[in-house]
Amino acid sequence: MKTLLVAEYRDGKLLGSTYELVAFAQKIGAESSMFLVGSETVLPQYDGTLYLADSSKYGEFNPAVHKQLLLDVIAREQPEMVVFSHSSYGWDLAPRISLALNAAHISEVVEFVDGVPVAPVCNAKLRREVKANTVQTVVSLQAGAFGLSSDPVGSPRVERVETDTAPQIEFEGYEEAEAGGVDLSKAEVIVSAGRGIGKPENIAMIEALAKSLGGEYAASRPVVDSEWAEHNRQVGTTGQTVSPKLYVACGISGAIQHLAGMKKSEFVVAINTDKDAPIGEVADVLLVADLKQLVPVLTEKLQIL
Amino acid sequence: MKILVCIKQVPDMESKFKVNADGRWYDAADLAWRMNEYDEYAVEQAVQLKEQVGADSDLTVLCIGPERVKETMKKALAMGADRGVNVADDNSHQKDPFEIASIIAEFAKEQGFDLIFTGMQSQDRGSAQVGVLVAELLGLPSISTIVDFSYADGRISAKRELEGGVKARVSCATPALVTCQLGLNTPRYPTLPNIMKAKKKELLSVELAELLKVEGKQETSKIYFPEKKGGGLVLEGDASDLADQLIQILKEKTAVLA
Ligand SMILES: Cc1cc2nc3c(=O)[nH]c(=O)nc-3n(C[C@H](O)[C@H](O)[C@H](O)COP(=O)(O)OP(=O)(O)OC[C@H]3O[C@@H](n4cnc5c(N)ncnc54)[C@H](O)[C@@H]3O)c2cc1C
Repeated sequence: MKTLLVAEYRDGKLLGSTYELVAFAQKIGAESSMFLVGSETVLPQYDGTLYLADSSKYGEFNPAVHKQLLLDVIAREQPEMVVFSHSSYGWDLAPRISLALNAAHISEVVEFVDGVPVAPVCNAKLRREVKANTVQTVVSLQAGAFGLSSDPVGSPRVERVETDTAPQIEFEGYEEAEAGGVDLSKAEVIVSAGRGIGKPENIAMIEALAKSLGGEYAASRPVVDSEWAEHNRQVGTTGQTVSPKLYVACGISGAIQHLAGMKKSEFVVAINTDKDAPIGEVADVLLVADLKQLVPVLTEKLQIL
Repeated sequence: MKILVCIKQVPDMESKFKVNADGRWYDAADLAWRMNEYDEYAVEQAVQLKEQVGADSDLTVLCIGPERVKETMKKALAMGADRGVNVADDNSHQKDPFEIASIIAEFAKEQGFDLIFTGMQSQDRGSAQVGVLVAELLGLPSISTIVDFSYADGRISAKRELEGGVKARVSCATPALVTCQLGLNTPRYPTLPNIMKAKKKELLSVELAELLKVEGKQETSKIYFPEKKGGGLVLEGDASDLADQLIQILKEKTAVLA
């Protein structure tokens, strides 16, 4: 099988997810070549052909133009499978490519079982096997699902690619996450509030539990989006990545984007009314309970230890 | 200004799911249904745009699915959409993103929408494809995963959310399509008077056959519950007992209480 890996580059850096694509190709035993809109000065360690377009000319986010560059490479390479990361770059570009190729696009693939791609359904409570009805396919891979390539080595054979396609969208610059506030990466204990806390006043009970354990409190995204907690306390792909000795997830369902930020924690406790919540997959202990009852009782007992 | 917002009805994710009889989707019986969370932000942004533009604007909400989706559409009407269009389809759950997008594009193609809003993905399938596909089918620019939106003089400015809290500022001319990410705005709760008003709004049904002209490119061959990998302990019972048990476990298994 011949694959074309679509690597990513942002703000002058090659993204680490590039090596997940390489690992994927190795895992399924496929041949690969790579496509990148990036720079000659930061080439991936990769033993194969790299089709390189210059990001200083074509921009880092420029869908119509990247689409044409990639389609030209696909026409040359004729890969059976075009592989993206299921990332803000990948899920934006992959549908454009699949439509142009008239190929099935299977999103957020977490594994291949006997060659059949598997994707999560309903917040990963279920999984589905997906059968493509087209010969050529496009897949986007869930971050982390296939690991990193062991020891990336080699230097690619670079083939430059160009286009004169006109952009449709203007990119005006990046905005960094606000820095400052708490540094969750240093906390040994993190107690995290999810939507299950129900109302902003209940942040206080999460904070009290965190204090009684000598730690910090954090939050899932909906809690931050509702402005019940500040963004610098958000854990997950679009927040911080943490690995404390103890992580207590209170009223958090365990969406993949949340897990990505905390699954390296040494010990995970989840408090959830839903016994089947996906957080159970990474929890060392799942307490099936209403956090509004359990958290205050637990805090009180910890305080008198 | 003509605005379209596309929404999907999904089960409440806290539901107890079952696999259906053919083993290829979840069973629709006994589920509580609601508006896809991402689409709530899309509807809110569309309504805000309509309010900004004023009298000269018209907002249609479109939803593909069986009769029950009309309940979810009524919420969008109560939030401020002017009319609803239901593409009646009892088997929408079997359609792939390409088919769904083709139906929407077929509906939209001669209507001259200036702006189309969709959610960035659905909570059940989570493919994150339909919005971008609709735009590509219509030949429009699209901006996916937006967390900030503004419109002035025929141009939209938006912020795309990238990984790690970084955002990209982008802009493009209308007509265009945007896909909405969580946190884009604060979706309003429909007020009682607006719920009453929504009952009088137009809610059209369109036959699927009029709009579906393509075949799917993929299908779900099997749906199942993932094997529980984590050998984690599951404890149930009274809060006080649970607290005692947990403290005991933390003492034995971690150093945090030392
Ligand atoms: C591109 C992208 C990036 C994202 N980035 C992030 C990110 O960085 N971080 C992040 O967290 N999310 C992120 N998300 C959102 C993510 O997909 C989920 O929507 C989110 O994590 C859900 O948060 P939650 O678990 O708090 O809420 P929900 O999923 O609504 O879960 C609430 C949980 O609380 C439980 N519950 C309810 N009441 C109680 C009670 N009384 N006692 C105990 N339990 C109760 C419920 O059973 C449920 O499991 C991202 C999504 C996308 C698409």
